[in-house]
Amino acid sequence: MRNLIRFIDRYSFFFLFLLFEVFAFYLLFKNNHYQQSSLLNSTNSFTGNVYSKYSDFTAYLDLRQINEQLAEQNSNLLENQLNAHHKLFGENIIVNDTIYERQYHYASARVINNSTNKQNNYLTLDIGERNGVKPGMGVISPSGIVGVVKNVSAHYSSVLSVLHSNSKISVKLKNSNYFGSVQWDGADYQVGILKDIPNHVSIALGDTIVTSGYSATFPVNLTIGIISKIEKPEGENFYELRIRFSNDFKNLSRVFIVKNNFKTEKEQLEEETTASDD
Amino acid sequence: MIKYFVTYPIQFILLVLVQVLVLNNIQYSGYINPFLYIIFILWLPIEMPKWALLLVATLLGLSVDIFSDTIGMHTSACIFMAFCRPFVLNLLAPRDGYEVNSIPNMQNFGIQWFIGYAATLIFLHHIFLFFVEVFRFSDFFSTISRTLSSAFFSLILITITQFLKYNSESKR
Repeated sequence: MRNLIRFIDRYSFFFLFLLFEVFAFYLLFKNNHYQQSSLLNSTNSFTGNVYSKYSDFTAYLDLRQINEQLAEQNSNLLENQLNAHHKLFGENIIVNDTIYERQYHYASARVINNSTNKQNNYLTLDIGERNGVKPGMGVISPSGIVGVVKNVSAHYSSVLSVLHSNSKISVKLKNSNYFGSVQWDGADYQVGILKDIPNHVSIALGDTIVTSGYSATFPVNLTIGIISKIEKPEGENFYELRIRFSNDFKNLSRVFIVKNNFKTEKEQLEEETTASDD
Repeated sequence: MIKYFVTYPIQFILLVLVQVLVLNNIQYSGYINPFLYIIFILWLPIEMPKWALLLVATLLGLSVDIFSDTIGMHTSACIFMAFCRPFVLNLLAPRDGYEVNSIPNMQNFGIQWFIGYAATLIFLHHIFLFFVEVFRFSDFFSTISRTLSSAFFSLILITITQFLKYNSESKR
């Protein structure tokens, strides 16, 4: 015991330093989304692995119970089927008398906080859940795209900017329809990286890059920027391209939040299709 | 001794204000953001108790953090810098030790000594800060280059500030 006390006393400055750092990192993780999520991700990949192994095993033990539940559910479904009921009155038809069904809604919002100088930039908008904003909606400005809604509160929403290390936007070349993705390397807020364009495609400086519409977050054919630098690395199948954003991220005031009415439908369909592969 | 309790708080407030209102808005070529406020830790008296050093560094980092929306980042970097300071002072100690009640600045120890002392601690502070900010080791060299370029500009700013203070004091 006395040795322990002497040890702690001797290195007291170091222990005090550790104590202060623990306090600082506590504040850091509590208040910063980015650091918090990267810490949680690394721990989650470990615990998640353990849990999935465990549930693989326990799933076998529960099969009997699950079969019974399914049988019961089947009988309930059969009872609710149309041909189990007596039709009361005529026919029920929904008339849809427009040729075009509306796909996108746009809500105007004002930028009330913005940054471009960090590695991970966010914006804050002045409308939120009460106005119908949900996480995952796209945000565009008159001159280009801005980002994706990440979190919403009652009256505000927080947007993960294109200028974020995790941002990835599905795009295509306007004149040839080859698709790729735009990311940001954290250096210059006006310059993004365009990846996955195969190097047999003919491109030129100044070619326009537009959204591909593959992700259901943004409508198709919105301008993102123009190609500003072309590199063809030896022995690779893809170009290394830099683009100049058409948006000036330092000068955003009015933006639009895009709501895609068919988003869930599209995602569900795609999920079912990929799920049926396994 | 008693005058420290007046001059240091004034310095503290001035440096934090200059940092958050002026310097945080300077981004030369998107990379370089000089941090002048850490000169406060450089200038603290040599004899200062170590626990007080850590406490003051925490307060300083926290005040800058609160204004720049990065709670914890500057705090942890300042604590690290304060932790390293006694070791750096030991390494750079003159042959017959430090005088009682001296402040580690250019007036007392000369320009060469001060730049060596400041550069070491600035580098330690910046490297900690930038790695906490990106929070991964995968972009190691890009982070190092940001550290070095920002540290270089911080060092220039800190040396200039030290010169200005030196001049105004020698005129008095």
